[in-house]
Amino acid sequence: MWSTLLPILGQATLETLYMVFASLAIGTAIGLPLGVLLATSGRGELFEAPVFQKTIGPIVNATRSVPFIILAVAIIPFTRLLVGTSIGTSAAIVPLTVAAIPFIARIIEGAVREVDGGLIEAAHAMGARPMQVVTKVLLPEALPGIIHGLTLTAVTLIGYSAMVGAVGAGGLGDLGIRYGYQRFRPDVMAAVVITLIVVVQAVQMLGDHLARKADKRNI
Amino acid sequence: MIRLTDLHKTYPARRGSPEHVALRGIDLDIAAGEIVGVIGRSGAGKSTLIRCINLLEMPTSGSVIVDGTDVTKLSKRDLPLFRRQLGMVFQHFNLLSSRTVYDNIALPLELAGASKTEIAAAIDPLLPLVGLEDKRDRYPAELSGGQKQRVGIARALSSNPKVVLCDEVTSALDPETTRQILALLRDINKRLGLTMVVITHEMAVVKQLCDRVAVMDGGVIVEQGAVEGIFANPQHPTTQSLLADEFLDFKPGVAANADQSASTSIGQEG
Repeated sequence: MWSTLLPILGQATLETLYMVFASLAIGTAIGLPLGVLLATSGRGELFEAPVFQKTIGPIVNATRSVPFIILAVAIIPFTRLLVGTSIGTSAAIVPLTVAAIPFIARIIEGAVREVDGGLIEAAHAMGARPMQVVTKVLLPEALPGIIHGLTLTAVTLIGYSAMVGAVGAGGLGDLGIRYGYQRFRPDVMAAVVITLIVVVQAVQMLGDHLARKADKRNI
Repeated sequence: MIRLTDLHKTYPARRGSPEHVALRGIDLDIAAGEIVGVIGRSGAGKSTLIRCINLLEMPTSGSVIVDGTDVTKLSKRDLPLFRRQLGMVFQHFNLLSSRTVYDNIALPLELAGASKTEIAAAIDPLLPLVGLEDKRDRYPAELSGGQKQRVGIARALSSNPKVVLCDEVTSALDPETTRQILALLRDINKRLGLTMVVITHEMAVVKQLCDRVAVMDGGVIVEQGAVEGIFANPQHPTTQSLLADEFLDFKPGVAANADQSASTSIGQEG
């Protein structure tokens, strides 16, 4: 029995990791600049843009207030448009990414706002251009917080990826639902839960380790 | 080197706070190579004044001439280029926690697009100048306050500026460290012939470091002149009270004694 289960479990774990890290990567690519802009577009700040601040803020909040399973179903037409299908592991990356972007944006915004205003003033005094303030000061100083936040995002996405299993995405959630629940296989269900716990622990430990390495504030 | 003419700065009213007038007509000339102190109590406008020199604050009216150019007329694109000609040292050091001592000092050069060899050539002589040869690869969290300020000073010097602005640079330091940092600044001024503008609320800093002093109160300069003259014969009540804070036995007319009591009373300050 284990000889048939193990390959399926391994395959499902890889699918989950693929979905999570692909959506984390795309979500960061879009959420990072968005978060920096959210943190720096206020009045008197680096990239002052009150209209952006007033429109993007509510959009980000709105996306975050939709329960993920509803979001995943609601954007199926958009997913079809993008990937050609709404079923499968690659299709699941679309709703996962859409959910990740506002999450990451708020986390980056928070981490960037934590940077001491004195450092921004010092950068200006040294003749930094606005983009240099971001790349040379804000992002390096916010890095430990950003890594913590992305770790949190990854863990949340692992949970979400199990949910998209319910709408035909593959991965550990799909395995748990189809084998564990629908075929009454408590042993499969247990194996899925244990694997999820191990994956989450590993991601958390890796994130903590990287954040500690990046943090030079307490040596 | 620096000429401020009829400088005004008003912060417009915002939700919850009324309009605030920080500077009401400042005229100040600073010659090349001299150290000018600007002293005043909190809220006197001295921080705004020093930030108007490198335009961290844009004055509401008046002109700021630095090295022959009215810098208030510079475009947004040219402003960073101008600021790279000035160094600034801060009360709370403002070092990047994510960078080593060396990389912190290198930052102004990196911003200006200098190559790795140019950066090394600029920093290698600076480290012994500020006494940090052995701390080169340490992070700010591993340094004492005085060492952090030495990094701040080296960073302000790395882009080879003509002017260094010092904003309450010793206010977060203990008396002994304060003395060392002031001696270092004095030494740098002598060696490199730099012009320095020093903001402080302590007369002891003016006495040890400055050639000339301007006393501020309520957004105006109430008195200015050579340091010896001001200490010997303070005219304005604000000056007299600032001196009285520093030298407990100071009374107008017995200023000659203030000089001798200075060294002892500085020690009691902290």
